[in-house]
Amino acid sequence: METVTIFERLQQRFGDNMLEVALKPPGLFAVIKPEALLDICRYLRDDPDVAMDCLSNQTGVDRKDCVEVVYHLFSYRLRHEAVLKVRLPRESPAVPTVEHIWKSANWMEREIFDLLGVTFDGHSDMRRILMPEDWPGFPLRKDFVEPAEYHGISTVRESPILRLDKKK
Amino acid sequence: MSTLRTEEMTLNMGPQHPSTHGVLRFVIRADGEVMREAIPDVGYLHRSIEKIAEKVGYHGFMPYTDRVDYVCAMFTNQGWGMACERLANIEVPRRGEYCRVIAAEFNRLASHLLTVGLMGMDIGAMTPFLHALREREMINDLIEELCGARLTFNYMRIGGVAWDLPPGWREKAVAYLDHLDPIITEFNALFSYNKICVQRLANVAPISAEEAVNYNLVGPNLRASGVKWDVRRDMPYSVYPEFDFNIPTGSGEWGTVGDSMDRYMMRIREMTESSKILRQALAQIPDGPVLAKVVRNFKPPVGECQVRVESARGDQGWYVVSDGTANPWRVHVRTGSFAAMGMIQKLSRGLMIADLVVLIASLDVIAPEIDR
Repeated sequence: METVTIFERLQQRFGDNMLEVALKPPGLFAVIKPEALLDICRYLRDDPDVAMDCLSNQTGVDRKDCVEVVYHLFSYRLRHEAVLKVRLPRESPAVPTVEHIWKSANWMEREIFDLLGVTFDGHSDMRRILMPEDWPGFPLRKDFVEPAEYHGISTVRESPILRLDKKK
Repeated sequence: MSTLRTEEMTLNMGPQHPSTHGVLRFVIRADGEVMREAIPDVGYLHRSIEKIAEKVGYHGFMPYTDRVDYVCAMFTNQGWGMACERLANIEVPRRGEYCRVIAAEFNRLASHLLTVGLMGMDIGAMTPFLHALREREMINDLIEELCGARLTFNYMRIGGVAWDLPPGWREKAVAYLDHLDPIITEFNALFSYNKICVQRLANVAPISAEEAVNYNLVGPNLRASGVKWDVRRDMPYSVYPEFDFNIPTGSGEWGTVGDSMDRYMMRIREMTESSKILRQALAQIPDGPVLAKVVRNFKPPVGECQVRVESARGDQGWYVVSDGTANPWRVHVRTGSFAAMGMIQKLSRGLMIADLVVLIASLDVIAPEIDR
């Protein structure tokens, strides 16, 4: 099925919950309300005509006015794909987890939590995954400032080229 | 008679452990030799490559993509190149596409040789590893002639590749393939069909097709479970539709479909297919330029896209968001190892500790690709 047709079906079924459908190639996507996320995801997985059996990619983007969580869905059975987005406030972004719909979401949601600070309600293991447990802030936020040191280890170093110049 | 006291042990494996393929750590809860659970702890190789992308600009990020997966860096090069080309609608010259495919398939051979060799070493056989590495060295020599590097290639550019094939390189490459094909048969006789290898790998940690899809396994791991899906054929990119090749899937000849032996054999079979593709590509390569004209100050229009490349570790997704400036707004790489690693905790339940090593090796997990 064409991605456009999938979005049309979603609009018929979940009319008010679809905020925006962007059909400009190369990136087609639909923005949905966070409250309707679980219903839409369950429908997309269980409807035999859509049958999205795989969450192939889940990631977050820090737009300056909001944080986006992007879901790349894919159907191995019917060989089609669709991209969904939810937009969340930057102060305390939270969205329900889709871990029980697609198992692969478990680690990808942990990564988004770690790097962008989005909390996934109902997630079974909401811990940092890549950064140390006590790292301050969320590195992929646009306003993140790297701390000068971490446990006494400096995070900056003098350029080795400048150091060579000084020796002369 | 008094009863023997038993208790659950918590063991630590890694971060520096010879069989963890990079810097990984596992916390193992075990009852004797049998694991209750192995909890992976990743992040030791996190170099914030996605954040670097936001700072260095489109052309400048190409050498960094090598470091996403240094065992098969051609594919990360290609993925990044393709994502930028799709955003800015650039067409790569046909000879450039052929050069990409040739370089990438040689890299796939090198990566799979390392994987099958490491599988031998992980279960305690040093000889197969040395045989596989000997062949891999020759591929490294070929690629070195092509682009000057043996591991982090930085060969591709946005719009094509950096250098054309050197004079006489095609003949050398074909001669190498003539040498490699019988070696694969020899390697099978030495190691793959060896009774010890089969008994060690068969029926260990089988993954059903449904589970593999649900956990988002990709590439050889997915095909081993019986899902016939290969991006090169099913979502064709570059010049792959012009080649004739098969897509091997797991057969369960030695045990269950989708067990470690199937995943291991997938690499062996894919090497034969890569060799087929390479022979066709080397024979058909057209003349012409290898690099499209791309402005130095590359600024793709506002938009976003995801491209998928079939790397040696499977379907690799590059999600790039552009805001119209010289630096990408956001870059995300979805890698095969990340998904595979997320599945290990579930697969490890009830497995022997010694089989955890087999499981990691058969999933072909590479630590830098998990952490990025």
